[in-house]
Parts: sequence; structure tokens; C-alpha cells
Amino acid sequence: MMDNVMLARMIFGTSIAFHIIFATLGVGITLMILVAEIMRIIRKDEDYGTLAKRWTKGVAILLGVAIPSGTIVAVMLSLLWPGFMEIVGQVIALPFQVEIFAFFLEALFLSIYIYAADRLSPTMRIVSVFFVALGATASAVLITNAHAWMNTPRGFDLVNGQVTNVNPLAAVNNPSFYVTSLHVVGSAYMTGAFVLASVAAYKLFRGGLTEREVTYHRKGLTLSLAIGLIMSVYTMNNGHDTAIMLHEHIPVKLAAAEGLFETQANAPLAIMGTPDPEAGRVIGGIEIPGMLSWLATGSTDGVVRGLYDYPQDEWPPLFVHTLFNVMVGIGSALFGLAVIFWVLWFFRRKTKKPYPKWLLAGLVASGPLAMIGIETGWIFSCTGRQPWTIYGIQRTSEAATNSGNLGMLFFLFVSLYLVLLVLTGLVMHYFFNRNPVSKELQTMS
Amino acid sequence: MQDVYIAIIILWAFLFIYAIAGSIDFGAGFWAMFYRKRTDTKAASIANRYLSPSWEVTNVFLVLLVVALVSFFPGAAATLGTLMIVPFCLVLFLLTIRSAFMVYSYSVQKYTNMLVIISGVTGLLIPALLISILPAAIGGFIEVVGDRQYVLIDQLFTSPTFYTHLGFGLSTELFLSALLLSDYAKEAGSEETYHVYRRNAIILGPITLSFAVGAILTLIPEAFWMFENMANEWLLFTLSLLAFSIGYSALWWPTKKFKIGRPRLAVLLIALQFGLASFAYGSAHMPYFLYPDVTIYDAFTNEVMFRLLLIGYGVGMAILVPVFIWFWRLFMKDKRYLKQDTTH
Repeated sequence: MMDNVMLARMIFGTSIAFHIIFATLGVGITLMILVAEIMRIIRKDEDYGTLAKRWTKGVAILLGVAIPSGTIVAVMLSLLWPGFMEIVGQVIALPFQVEIFAFFLEALFLSIYIYAADRLSPTMRIVSVFFVALGATASAVLITNAHAWMNTPRGFDLVNGQVTNVNPLAAVNNPSFYVTSLHVVGSAYMTGAFVLASVAAYKLFRGGLTEREVTYHRKGLTLSLAIGLIMSVYTMNNGHDTAIMLHEHIPVKLAAAEGLFETQANAPLAIMGTPDPEAGRVIGGIEIPGMLSWLATGSTDGVVRGLYDYPQDEWPPLFVHTLFNVMVGIGSALFGLAVIFWVLWFFRRKTKKPYPKWLLAGLVASGPLAMIGIETGWIFSCTGRQPWTIYGIQRTSEAATNSGNLGMLFFLFVSLYLVLLVLTGLVMHYFFNRNPVSKELQTMS
Repeated sequence: MQDVYIAIIILWAFLFIYAIAGSIDFGAGFWAMFYRKRTDTKAASIANRYLSPSWEVTNVFLVLLVVALVSFFPGAAATLGTLMIVPFCLVLFLLTIRSAFMVYSYSVQKYTNMLVIISGVTGLLIPALLISILPAAIGGFIEVVGDRQYVLIDQLFTSPTFYTHLGFGLSTELFLSALLLSDYAKEAGSEETYHVYRRNAIILGPITLSFAVGAILTLIPEAFWMFENMANEWLLFTLSLLAFSIGYSALWWPTKKFKIGRPRLAVLLIALQFGLASFAYGSAHMPYFLYPDVTIYDAFTNEVMFRLLLIGYGVGMAILVPVFIWFWRLFMKDKRYLKQDTTH
């Protein structure tokens, strides 16, 4: 029979992995809608209004899955991890509570925006989208607050299994909160932008469009990649701050991410390869000497702690090295794509020459890649904290439920998620095929 | 008043709001399915029109309830979690399918018929699963084998009080939703639909009441402690009965519009009746969350956290109430929304 803790992790992991797709896009695309609505006013160009309208249709479908899957995750936290929630309830209940109000804001204004759109003034429409975006972003920040606290727990002492000296505000204000939540929000905005860029690039890549449609999709592409570039620069810079935070507060996680075994000055940065605990180094990767020390401490002479400093039963699984590399690699590749696009845009802005096929093909891939980056990033962050639920305080095995009915539930939910993924894709495909943008552009002119 | 009682009353208030909003929401789903083939009445489309904008908000109240429970009473999470994991996971499963189809059918019309059936069936199953927690919480249905806890499903299923609670839950859901929809139909100016839902409410009222009495009587062999406590709450139960009688009779009171019945008054009084009865039931349950292992005192959070949560709920509600009012006006009062011809 399978270990209960493993089953609980499997159920919760799949639920989060599923929810994160919709939640991230809900945060990222609502920002894009807001930006498009603002551009429409600045440029007095109805094409931006059409972009906003069509993105809203898409995001309404996505949020329709994000809201119930968020409900699943919220309720499952208590069902699967009662030991964890017992400490959470006493120490870090505030972000969960405030998150409910952000959730309310999002749900109320989303209903208003969708079902009452025809009865709202243009200003109230923007106000409604603004609150949907605010609610979504605030939810992300607040949930990340609890996640950050799990990595760098503060605001209580655990004495003989009893929680004492509780200071809820110190728990909220834990050292990794700001850097981590900015990373989550920045990367969500980045993903929303690249997913929309991906859609526009696909239309342009496939061709067969009227000149009017080309103009429309180029506006969508340019706007998405403007936000995409800003957010990827921001997220990369913030990723560096995250490395410094890990070095200071959870060095074992940084060591596992980089496959560093020996504590050393002039620590190398290992790209790809497999960490080998016997050999004490990464096999088959590319090593840049001194780079890790420089990234984590600002000097190649800085000492970075290695895994050998910790008992082996406190090591995260070593495959997090690969997850970490995939996340960083995708982030850099997307930044590169956005830069190439803007260079070409600058040189071709007078001629309106079409973008080369290879660039469009790259941009088509950018949306799915960004999503893979989000997934690997979250899996890295949660798996890299293992074997702990609350770092240094509570092990995952101590947090799990002892209910005996988990196996059935795992299959139930995995099949639910698969069906919903397929159906959501089909609904999107069907809806946008039945309502092509050419129809809307015609009615406008 | 002790802090722990303030916390449990807030929790009861959230439970009460969700019970009412959820009953109406799931019930509307059922009625939309029940009348879907009928061309002689607008009963189905009126139910759908109520449902479209409201389900997301109702859904948030469910999360609010769970978060409030865990944050005020973290010590209850472990045992209640075991008790609830199967029914609650099934609820989540059904709720997700239902919500997803709400959105799908809004975007793609060919899913509408499927949605109506899904939301109708889940509209009965979800409340049934949720209400099954109540009889389970009176104790005696959990078995410990080694380090694992199992719910004794067979014993639960063969206990009469399980079925009276179930019947009470479902009849209340349909009664409340029929009442609200009759009021909603009146607001929308559809006389024929008003009479359809008024008649349903008239039939369901006495059924609800009999199940309520049945649920209390079947507690005697299962949980005598609770029955004794309930006897002490006789005043609340009497008031609740009074509210029911007046509310139910309001369905015959004369009015100018549509000649008979005051559904708004009936909805409010029946909600009051439900509030009084659930408060009395809850009080009789005290101090146990789960008899006899978990009391509210053991499970209560610390003082510091309690104060901060209280402030949090105060501030949050102050911000949200104006939005709720705007929402209410847009979908419950605005004639442009109520009287449109399409189904959504």
C-alpha cells in the first residue's frame, strides 16, 4: 500500500499544478486587459477595445475554472494537511483571511463585468476590470505570503509541540515575503503577456489574413511583448534577489538548486547536468567558475554552503537542480525573444515589413514555454523545501492527514483535471472559431 | 462574552449565510432542470437568470466558511478533516464540474442543455453531501485502525437520523429556493412563473417542517446529550416555529400585484425561522465540535490571532458591503436585467 504522505502530496501537488495554470493566466491576462483598455483611451484606437473584449472572453472561461480549482486547493489544505493547518491557524491565518476578501472582490466584479457589461458606463467597465485585476493580484500576493512563511517561518516558537509566543504580524512580515511575492506576480504578468503574444504570433505565422487583420494582430503582438519585455527584465532581476535571499535564509535549497555539495568560496555555477552525491559534484553540466559565489554574495570570494553541511535526511530531492535550470533557462530565452522582437521592430517600424517566420515560430512557442517555466518554478519552490512543510519546524510527514481513503480521491481528481483541461481547450477553440475577429473588425468599420 | 463564543457565533453567521445562499443557488439549479422541457412556463429561464451571476459569489462563501473555521479553531482541523475528507472532496469534485459548465455554456450555447442537467443533479447531490456532516458530527462514526482513521460509512448509512437530516437538508433547499424564485419572478413581472414557484413553496413548507421534527426526534437514540440540550433551547425553537407559521401564511396574504401572497415577506420570515432554528441547534451542539473528542475550547486559536482576525473581518466586510449592495441592485433589482427575453 502506498504511503499516506506520498498520496497526500500527490493529490495536493496535482491540484496546485492544475490550479496554477488558470490562476497565473487569471492574474496575467487581466493586467493585459487593463493595459489594452488604457491604450484604447490614449491612442483613441478601437482595435485596443476589441483586444480587451476578446481577451476578456478568454479570461472569463479561464477564471471559471480558476475559481472552483482555487476552492479545491483552499479546502484541501485543511483536509490533507491538518497538522500544518493547526500551526497555520495559530500563526499565519491572516493572509488566508484577507485573501478571501480579495477573492470576493474578484468574483463580484467578474460577474458584474461579464453579466452587466452592457449596462455599465465605459468608466465603470474599466473600474470593474481594475478590481478583477486587483483581486487576482492581491490573491496571488497573499497566498505567496503563506508560501514564503513556509520557507522562512517567523512569529512563533514551537515548544514541546505547542505553539507559543505568537506574533502574527512578524509571521506575515517574514524575510522572503517581498522578494517571493514580487517574483510570483512579475512572472504571472510575464506569462499572461507571452501567452497572448503567442496567440497573435500564431495568427501572423499561419498567414492568410486580410491587411486589416494583420494590423490588428500586430497591435496585439506589440502590446503583449511590451509588457513581456518589461516583466521578463523585472523577473530576471528579481530572480537574482531570490538567490540572495536563499543564500541568506535557506542555503540548503540554493545548494540543491545548484547541485553544490562542498561548502566553498569561488563556488561554480553548474548549468544542467546531474548532481552526483557520491562524486560530490554535478556530472555532465557546464560549470562557470566563481559565478555562483558572485550571484549569491556579490563577490567570487564569497562562501556558499554546500549540501554536505546538512544531514542527508534534510536534503531536498536532487532533481530540483533540473527544475531550477529549466525555469531559469526559459526565463532567459523569453527575454531574448522579446529583445530580438524589439530590435527588429525598431529597424522595420517605417516599412511595416512582416516579421520573419523563425521569430514568429519562436513567439508561438513562448506562451507554452512561459507556462512550463511557471510550473517548474513552483515545483522547484515546494519540492526544494522538502522534507519540510514548515522549514526547520514541521516535516511534511507530520503534517499529513491519517485518513485512509486517499487512493480513490487521487484518481477522482486526476481524471477531473484531465477532463477539464481538454474541455476548456475545446470550449476556447470552439468559441473563438465561431466568433472570429474578422467579424468584429467588419462591424466596426 | 467569552472570545470563544464570539468566534463560534461569527462561524455560525457564515454557516447561516452559506446555507441560505447555497440552498437558493443549488435549488435554482434543480428547478431550472425540473422545468427545462416546459414551454408553457418561464420557470426555468427565471431560475437560470438568477443563477448566472450569483454562483461565483455563493462559492466564495464556502471558502470563507472553511477559512473561518480553520483560523478561529485550528485544533478542530485534524478530526473534522478526517470526518469530512470524503464528503467534502466529493462536494469539491461536483462543484468544480458544475462551475466549469456554468462558464462553458455561457461561451458555447450547445452546452446549455448539458449544463442544466449537471447543475440540476449536482444541485441535489452537493447539499446532500454537505448536510451529511451534521449527523456525523454528533459522534460515534469514526473508527481508528492503527494510526489511520476511517469513517464508518455503513453505520452512518444505517442510522435513521442520517436520513431525517438528509430529508431536512434537501426539502429546505427546495423550499427556500422556490420561495426566493417566486419573489424573483414577481420582481421580474412574470405572474405565471410566480404561481408555479408559489405552489411549490406551499407543498414543500410542511414537508420541511416534518423533516425538521423528525431530525430532532431521531437524535434521541443516537445522541441523547444533544436532545437534552435542545430541550433547554425551547424558546428559540418556539420563536422559530412562530416565524415559520407567519412566513408560510404570508403566501396567502392579499396584495395588489398578482392578487395573492407576499413572497418577499415570506422569504425573510422563513430565513429568520431558519436562523433561529439553526442557532438553537448549534447552541445545543455546544461545547462540542465533534462529540465527545473535540470541544470549541480545545480547538480555539490564541488571543492575539483572534483579535487580528476580528479586525480583519470588520475591515473586509466594511469594504465589501457596498459592492454587495451594488451587485444586488444590478441583478436583483434592475428591470433591464430581470425582464430580458434571452435565458442569460
